[in-house]
Amino acid sequence: MIETRSQSSAEVELLSFRLAEQEYSVDIMSVREIRGWTRATPLPHSPPFMRGVINLRGTVLPVIDLASRLGMPPVEGDARNVIIVVHAGGQSVGLLVDAVSDILALPRTELQPPPELAADLAHSFVQALTIVDGRMIRVLDLSAVLPTYQTEAA
Amino acid sequence: MTHDPMAEIRASFFVECEELLESLQDALSVMADHLEGDGTQDTETINVVFRAVHSIKGGAGAFGLTALVSFAHRFETVMDELRCGRLVVDHEAMKLFFQAADMLADHVRLARDDASGSPPGSETLLIAVEGLMGDRAPEAEEEEVEFAPMGLSFDLALPDLGGPLDDDGPGPAEPDPADSDSVESDLGESDLGESGLGGQRWTVRLRPLDALYASGNEPFHLLRALAELGSASITCERAALPDFDALMAETSYLSWTVQLTGEIEESDIRAVFDFVEDVAEITVTKTPELAEDPRLCQPEVALAPAAPPTPSAADPVPEPTHTAKVLAIAPVAPALPVLPAIGQAVDLPPEHPLPPPSQAAAPTPQAVIPAVQAAAAQAAAPAEAVAATVRVDLDRIDRLVNLVGELVINQAMLAQSVTEAGLPANSAVMNGLEAFMMLTRDIQDSVMMIRAQPVKPLFQRMARIVREASAAVGKEVRLRSEGEGTEVDKTVIERLADPLTHMIRNAVDHGLETPDRRREAGKPEEGVVTLSAQHRSGRVVIEVADDGAGIDRPRVRDIAIRKGLVAPDAVLSDAEIDNLLFLPGFSTATQISALSGRGVGMDVVKQAIGALGGRIAITSERGRGTRFSISLPLTLAVLDGMVVRVAGETLVIPLSSIVETATLSADDIRSLGPETSVIHIRGGFVPLFDLGAELGYRGPKASYEGGIVLLTAQEDGSRAALVVDEILEQRQVVIKGLQHSYGNIPGVAAATILGDGQIALILDPGDLVENATGRTRSADTFLALAG
Repeated sequence: MIETRSQSSAEVELLSFRLAEQEYSVDIMSVREIRGWTRATPLPHSPPFMRGVINLRGTVLPVIDLASRLGMPPVEGDARNVIIVVHAGGQSVGLLVDAVSDILALPRTELQPPPELAADLAHSFVQALTIVDGRMIRVLDLSAVLPTYQTEAA
Repeated sequence: MTHDPMAEIRASFFVECEELLESLQDALSVMADHLEGDGTQDTETINVVFRAVHSIKGGAGAFGLTALVSFAHRFETVMDELRCGRLVVDHEAMKLFFQAADMLADHVRLARDDASGSPPGSETLLIAVEGLMGDRAPEAEEEEVEFAPMGLSFDLALPDLGGPLDDDGPGPAEPDPADSDSVESDLGESDLGESGLGGQRWTVRLRPLDALYASGNEPFHLLRALAELGSASITCERAALPDFDALMAETSYLSWTVQLTGEIEESDIRAVFDFVEDVAEITVTKTPELAEDPRLCQPEVALAPAAPPTPSAADPVPEPTHTAKVLAIAPVAPALPVLPAIGQAVDLPPEHPLPPPSQAAAPTPQAVIPAVQAAAAQAAAPAEAVAATVRVDLDRIDRLVNLVGELVINQAMLAQSVTEAGLPANSAVMNGLEAFMMLTRDIQDSVMMIRAQPVKPLFQRMARIVREASAAVGKEVRLRSEGEGTEVDKTVIERLADPLTHMIRNAVDHGLETPDRRREAGKPEEGVVTLSAQHRSGRVVIEVADDGAGIDRPRVRDIAIRKGLVAPDAVLSDAEIDNLLFLPGFSTATQISALSGRGVGMDVVKQAIGALGGRIAITSERGRGTRFSISLPLTLAVLDGMVVRVAGETLVIPLSSIVETATLSADDIRSLGPETSVIHIRGGFVPLFDLGAELGYRGPKASYEGGIVLLTAQEDGSRAALVVDEILEQRQVVIKGLQHSYGNIPGVAAATILGDGQIALILDPGDLVENATGRTRSADTFLALAG
């Protein structure tokens, strides 16, 4: 996602958020809105990270528990949590995170590819790394985070 | 925005074509029925056929669609022979006519897709059809010159140009061509045929008084209404018109004489003038047959009937001395409150209702011609029942449907907050809210009705499939259709076409036996495939039945075993064997035929039906035939549901699938296996499903005693008892698909938004039961497999 859109521009804007004491971020261009926590209606027979669906102004929006998706303990789900509504790969999805922290604008050159390291589950979802004020921020690869749904039958 | 007006006209021509093709099919079917009956054909039906072909030809000519024109022309020639009684209809001819109608549809489709040339087989078919005429077959005459594309302004009356523009039809004698000075509001011209002229002749004189215009009436509409009664010839009398200088703007000068011909009662004519009796002089007299039309009027005014009382651009102001310059000031004149409208009227169509019947320099012909054509267009249809329709872009309807959906949700939210506010039940707010709820419901029903369409066009397409399929496999097959008027959501109809095609082909190919076999079995050689539609308890049921040999169950079983679909030692009930047909990769045809038997088949059909929220069931009787019945929701947008609570979650279950609710006592529950139970209700045993456990909300309960169950029934007669914790209410919910946002969830049909803004899942009990875990039901693995 980030790759394709920002080849031309030298700057990249990231929305960073907290997830189990780690800092992650997504390209701000894919963010549609940020919503307060709402209870999601669970879906039967869905993977554990699938929190359920919420009502986004009359449309049904699936919500992913990002922590659980990345292999961390699931987000509690209370008034402090937020849902980031992202649009990627033709679908809209809500990402449940602990809290949104910041909007960062940085030169593309400061993004580094993640080192080929451990078989950590979260690792394959990280597209790039960067350092801001001494904190390491992981840039998420949204297309990897979003589950591939069953396509409509015939 | 730029848009090509021609493209628009063209598009509407093709829409019109679809309608004409439909009425053509209809009429042909009627003819076929007549043939089955006493063998006599009635002229009106033949006329409908002729008219349909003729109108398509006419419209096509205007667009220079030569291939289509030439086909339609030659087809029409044959139909004309038929109309004149020089051709006798027999089975062979009927078959050819149907084929020709199909071919005509192909031609139209080709033309619409801008493809040139003719569909394959067109020429051969034409020769065969023309062969019916024997020696009289014309030397394939070239299409007439008047079909060359022309740059006329047919903006309004486009598809009916066939009428005004050509008169090649050897139909009844035209009204005296010398009458060019009167406007012949001639309805579809010669197309009406002799039969239309058989009625009485009426002379109607209409002289509007000043009050007629003052009260906002408009003679044009009256004349048009008259023209819709029958064949009308309208003459305007303007003898009373004073000179331009002496003309008074608010005085009525013009009057009209209408010659009406047709099966018309005097009361019909009087009815037209119901509202203007007091403000016009009206005389209605019966004319002796073939009376001479009075021609009282000079040529240029004769055009006026279409736009009689409208002041023309040159003269919108009361004072004749006014010039165009004064026009700008005119609206200020206090004496004429309606005047501001005139400013717009100047270049608007003449129908604009304006009070003073001021005489004008005759309206410019260009302005009038479209109106005349419009009148002709209006008049051309009424021979059949006048169905007033508006064509609306489907997107707009969908937007409306969505908005109404939001309205329903909003209303529910409002109701909830009012309830929470704790107002007394008889307060004004509560009463208002109740009325609001009823209104919302009415609006919703009405909006849904807009989307509903009769299944007839779909069935007609199937008739064609049957004809083609039976020809391909060499069987005599007749399609009987029932309930064509049944209305279903447009999307459902569209998406039903493919599965139905498949099933019809299957019925013809596999279902029906060969003629030899049928004879041996003592059946008539001609097989019958029945296609029916009907509303049944909030759903629409479409059935495809054949009177063939029925399912050869041992063979189906063998094939399934050979293909490894079931274990060789499996014990299967008849219904289970029948359901094997729906398994992917199953095909009974030992020989792969041109039509079906490629191994994709009923499973795809089942999937497609499932995607529409429908279910398919199969019943078969050896030697008697097979019947597939498809049960579909009426609309894809709302459903009546029962709102229940299970393990803290709110769920909606379609009301249509619920037979009854019950509270369980210890006696009702019998355990079947270690982990499964049935309940004993009304003398039968029904498997018990715990919704909480099935949906993974919690584990099975220790005891279901005192629990509430919903007894559901499916189309195939199977029943299930669903355990819920609490029944909340019964209400209409707006369906929000999950397909787009998430995908298919077994047992879940869709989602909806409740009054509190929360999303609730709508269950599909049939699917739920089929996909039920072995935990509550372990004995029926085969059914689950076959289903």
